[in-house]
Amino acid sequence: MSALELLTWARGDGLAIALAICAFGILLRLFEIFSLGRKADLSRPRETSPGSGWRTIFSRSLPPPGLLKRSPVTYIGGYVFHIGFALTLFFFVPHIELVRGLTGLSWPGLPMQVVDIAAVAAILALFAVLASRLTNPVKRYLSGFQDYLAWLLTLLPLLTGYLAFHHVVADYTLMLALHVLSVELLLVALPFTKLFHTVSVFVSRWYNGDIFGRKGVAS
Amino acid sequence: MSATYERGMNAFKEVLDAPIASFFSSCVHCGLCAEACLFYTETGDPQYTPIHKLEPLRRAWQQEYTLLGKLARLTGLAKPVTDAELAEWSPLVYDSCTLCGRCSVVCPVGNDITYMVRKMREGMSAAGHAPEGLVMATTRAIQSGSPAGVKWVTVQAQIKHVEAEFGFKVPVNLENADYLVLMSSWEILNYPEYLGAVGRILNKAGATWTLAEDAYEATNSGIQIGASDLARELVGRIVNAAERLKVKCVISPECGHAYTAIRWEGPNLMGRPFGFEVKHILEVLDDLRREGRLKLKGTLDTPLTYHDPCQISRRGGVYEQPRTLLNQLAPQFKEMSDSGVMNWCCGGGGGVSANERAEPLRMTVFKKKKAQIEELGVKTMVTACANCRVVMEEALEHYHMDVEMLGLTELVAEHLDES
Repeated sequence: MSALELLTWARGDGLAIALAICAFGILLRLFEIFSLGRKADLSRPRETSPGSGWRTIFSRSLPPPGLLKRSPVTYIGGYVFHIGFALTLFFFVPHIELVRGLTGLSWPGLPMQVVDIAAVAAILALFAVLASRLTNPVKRYLSGFQDYLAWLLTLLPLLTGYLAFHHVVADYTLMLALHVLSVELLLVALPFTKLFHTVSVFVSRWYNGDIFGRKGVAS
Repeated sequence: MSATYERGMNAFKEVLDAPIASFFSSCVHCGLCAEACLFYTETGDPQYTPIHKLEPLRRAWQQEYTLLGKLARLTGLAKPVTDAELAEWSPLVYDSCTLCGRCSVVCPVGNDITYMVRKMREGMSAAGHAPEGLVMATTRAIQSGSPAGVKWVTVQAQIKHVEAEFGFKVPVNLENADYLVLMSSWEILNYPEYLGAVGRILNKAGATWTLAEDAYEATNSGIQIGASDLARELVGRIVNAAERLKVKCVISPECGHAYTAIRWEGPNLMGRPFGFEVKHILEVLDDLRREGRLKLKGTLDTPLTYHDPCQISRRGGVYEQPRTLLNQLAPQFKEMSDSGVMNWCCGGGGGVSANERAEPLRMTVFKKKKAQIEELGVKTMVTACANCRVVMEEALEHYHMDVEMLGLTELVAEHLDES
């Protein structure tokens, strides 16, 4: 199979299969969560609780008092990675072109230089949080195979994309094929690893805000 | 029914719900919950990381309620939780968690870890892995009416004492009163001033109130040990008395988890909303103040601080009321570095103070509160939970610290304008 054939497969059948598994997986995992149900809370809520679940979805993105100081790498590394990754994923012009080709939807992209900085920042942040995971006693204690696998699967699309874009490796077609394949691996793993927090974080934050909110505590 | 491994695992299956499934799904092992937990910050031991305390429950969820987990179990890739593991987790679930809820307000993905520990204890106690001290306290509560074995005759003796000292009659089993007053064992045994203080304040406010002979104890060991059937029995005594006497409002005393038990868990344990209100004494004091029925005179001119009981502030939403009162009563009231919803626990909540096995650890983690007090340099600390007070008085003694503890209700009563 030539590099071009590999790229063709990756962009065609490969992508379709990966997207199907990802979509099915997300639906399955959401069904697994919601089918467990939740008993109605019969205690009388305080008057100030409406909307607290929705507020917490946003407010939990900010560090609570004192925590930034206790764990700066987790917060700063986390912000830089998530923002860098999102900018690269959604505002790199070729990515927007791909979405437009598939769905007809499009939006303005960011200049290449900006995306370049975002991607490098995200890669560096990933190494910083990995170093933290290996050296911080709590993170090291909590971490298992899945934590390192998730890290690798997140790094690969950024790294291969960066290498392909900068033509660092001679065979651009092969690099691009590897990039697309790494994205597909990420898509397949997303519902079934801790990467699923991408989706479930909205659910868990909502529940937290709702539970605290009915007691009159902003969380 | 006797405690068995099977009962424990069944209880795990029963408590697992959509919020818990979403919490376990969202955890990214970032470790921030440890930074919020005084059992980790004061020991540096990563086994005290809050989310780690839930590992057996997480595995039970994964193997029972997720497709991949089920497959892993069927193919032998994942091993079921064993009874030995539950035993191993007992100190993590009971000794090193006070259900203070600080991890739950810090977790970046929004996991209410405390909610899960509370639920996990249902399985742990059903499997027979609750600590002996808590089992005994719960047994005493069910049999004698109080975890400390306090009987109605002891309360009667205190009533006589209050009546002699303040010259008013303590109403017992009075129907249609505004308030049903409850106490915690600690208030009956260690802080008898509470009953006198509440009586004076309510009388002065022109409110009607009563004690109930069959429901004087507000604490609830059932929710600490994680046995909903026993918790229901204990809270049911209060509900029955409140309904029989047709009171308008039940006052939860200066006790943290009693408030959680009656105010938040109570209706869910009973399976129906209450026809009466449940308020913490601080809420009642603040209501009376706003209505102009609580007039105070004089101030306490000593530098002092307020220790937020976790179940009252972070888990209960009562954090402004004590501050309104203290700002009026104590011109030199100062806040600790982390206060209100971000307060640090005394180290003895959630049943830890009843668990003798946990005592050395409890003393170690008090270093957090010690540092907070020393940073502020005050010699007086006010609180609104008799359990916090007992735990901290013991720890202050242990560390040879010259700090006096006061109950807020008592402080208010001392400054009542009697004119």
